[in-house]
Amino acid sequence: MSAVTVPTAPSPQATPVRPVRPRPTPGRIVAWAVMVVIVLVTLLPFYWILRTALSTNSGLAASPGDVLPVDPTTGGFERALGLQSTKEAIAQGGAGGGLRFWRYLLNSVVVSTLVTVCQIFFSAMAAYAFARLRWRGRDKVFALFLAGLMVPTIFTLLPNFVLIKELGLVDSLLGIALPTMFMTPFAVFFLRQFFMNVPREVEEAALLDGAGKVRIFFRVLLPMASTPVLTLAVLTYITSWNDYFWPLMVSYSDGSRVLTVALAIFRAQTPQTGTDWSGLMAATLIAALPMLVLFGFFARRIVSTISFTGIK
Amino acid sequence: MTIASSSPPSRLPPGGAERTATKSRTDRRPGTGESRGDGRLAAVFIAPALLGFVVFLLWPTLRGIYLSFTRFNLLTPAEWVGFDNYVRMVHDPIFWSSLRVTVAYVVINIGVQTVSALAIAVLLQRLTQSAVLRGIVLTPYLMSNVVAGIVWLWILDTQLGVGNEIVAALGFDRIPFLADETWAIPTIALINVWRHVGYTALLLFAGLQAIPNDMYEAAKVDGASEWRMFWRITMPLLRPVLAVVLIMTVIGSFQVFDTVAVTTRGGPADATNVLQYYIYGAAFGRFQFGYASAMSVALLVVLSAITFVQYRLTRAGQTDLG
Repeated sequence: MSAVTVPTAPSPQATPVRPVRPRPTPGRIVAWAVMVVIVLVTLLPFYWILRTALSTNSGLAASPGDVLPVDPTTGGFERALGLQSTKEAIAQGGAGGGLRFWRYLLNSVVVSTLVTVCQIFFSAMAAYAFARLRWRGRDKVFALFLAGLMVPTIFTLLPNFVLIKELGLVDSLLGIALPTMFMTPFAVFFLRQFFMNVPREVEEAALLDGAGKVRIFFRVLLPMASTPVLTLAVLTYITSWNDYFWPLMVSYSDGSRVLTVALAIFRAQTPQTGTDWSGLMAATLIAALPMLVLFGFFARRIVSTISFTGIK
Repeated sequence: MTIASSSPPSRLPPGGAERTATKSRTDRRPGTGESRGDGRLAAVFIAPALLGFVVFLLWPTLRGIYLSFTRFNLLTPAEWVGFDNYVRMVHDPIFWSSLRVTVAYVVINIGVQTVSALAIAVLLQRLTQSAVLRGIVLTPYLMSNVVAGIVWLWILDTQLGVGNEIVAALGFDRIPFLADETWAIPTIALINVWRHVGYTALLLFAGLQAIPNDMYEAAKVDGASEWRMFWRITMPLLRPVLAVVLIMTVIGSFQVFDTVAVTTRGGPADATNVLQYYIYGAAFGRFQFGYASAMSVALLVVLSAITFVQYRLTRAGQTDLG
């Protein structure tokens, strides 16, 4: 992840309200038509996943263009979840190899949760130190952190792999989580921006009440930052959930395999002659569903936060 | 990028019993009670992040540079070979072809993505402020590259894919989107546009929000068309944000890997063997960690150069919005 700041982004309160609906002009109609096309291109693949997942492979081959599921069945989902016997699976066009979906789902949840909770907590602490505490060399250390934003991830992956191997953490969930567990320059940077904008009076009031700086951080500033923290958390969760390259390097067996990697393996396993599209689409849907649900819960706040601060 | 260089310094004394809150704001010399007191707390607060930074970012970067001068296969200790890896790289035709493929990918991906994201952002701003629409545009971003790759692999399948059904219905020959040397890279580039364009659009939308609405109102009073307003108001004022977004998306798209790994695996005939995929193959397919590191250094150099040039060209740090 990397950062983008919008120099003059207004505060979320400054939403321009335009109560008067402009008259429909030909230009606006064309613009709306373009918008509709954009929405369709964005969303139709999601429908197509569902439609395919609910079809049978033989049905798909017979009528590839049907808008509705062909011979509706839950067979694809059963294969993806490893509920079918090998014989059944092969008969329906799947691969014989079992897919321990719940295991991978659990692995993904563990890794993403670990990364998100730790990364954001530690980054928030550092951000507070950079924004609100006075110490020698602060600006220099912060500049170093910022420089870290520029290092492409590929660059650190190989040495990190060597390190994780030396630590004996290859093929473990901790090995997958570790590199991003403590911080990302972006998270520190993003939260520092927020802490710097909190009015000083808030802190002073707490100090007058006799609170120490540690207490101020946990009891005053962190709760105040709940919206940016939430947005950052959801984005971090999504990023971590969707990460493929690093887990692919580190995990070798079911014990540490996360959904993205399992999915790619499932794809590689399905018979080359007639790919098990129904099973594959069911699997992609199951892999993506948790993020869709998560986003569904927080969409409005996340979208607004990104729209107004421009974070990446 | 506008990164505020320093925060307003704290005037609060640590543990503050004796000191008054009016102590000089600029007093941060070493040895003063103030910096010492906060320093200890700061050390505790920053320790985990600093540990992570040094161990997993700074040290690997330095180590990667070191490894690029060695022969290393993970099993035996790294052996210093000087510039051998770099010499080999310069003479490696696959390296150059993978660099070319990567650049082609980046050009298509960034070109289409930036234009579409800009269009979406402007439409979102000028047509409606709907958060629902913004949310919809962001949904593909929730998919992993792996999922996006598999889904489009299916949609674009030559025989059964609905994409090709449409192509056929329009009276064209079916297109082997991912199996053809000419089509494969543009197709992968567009798949990734689909996944990322909403996010980029939202970043640009954030930049658009900073443009005061009365500028458009005033222009409208003067009889300016939407088109003219776009070129005379939106573009000039958005330029700094656009520049930053562009730098970030270019850096991101140079690192394409996942989509290639699930769709074409570098083929057909190295047509989609992007640099990152080649590096991965060298490291984990053939255990040539030294060589893979050298190519990573090359990528780092390329990215730094692009970032620098882009930054200078677009005067990214400046804004026209006074």
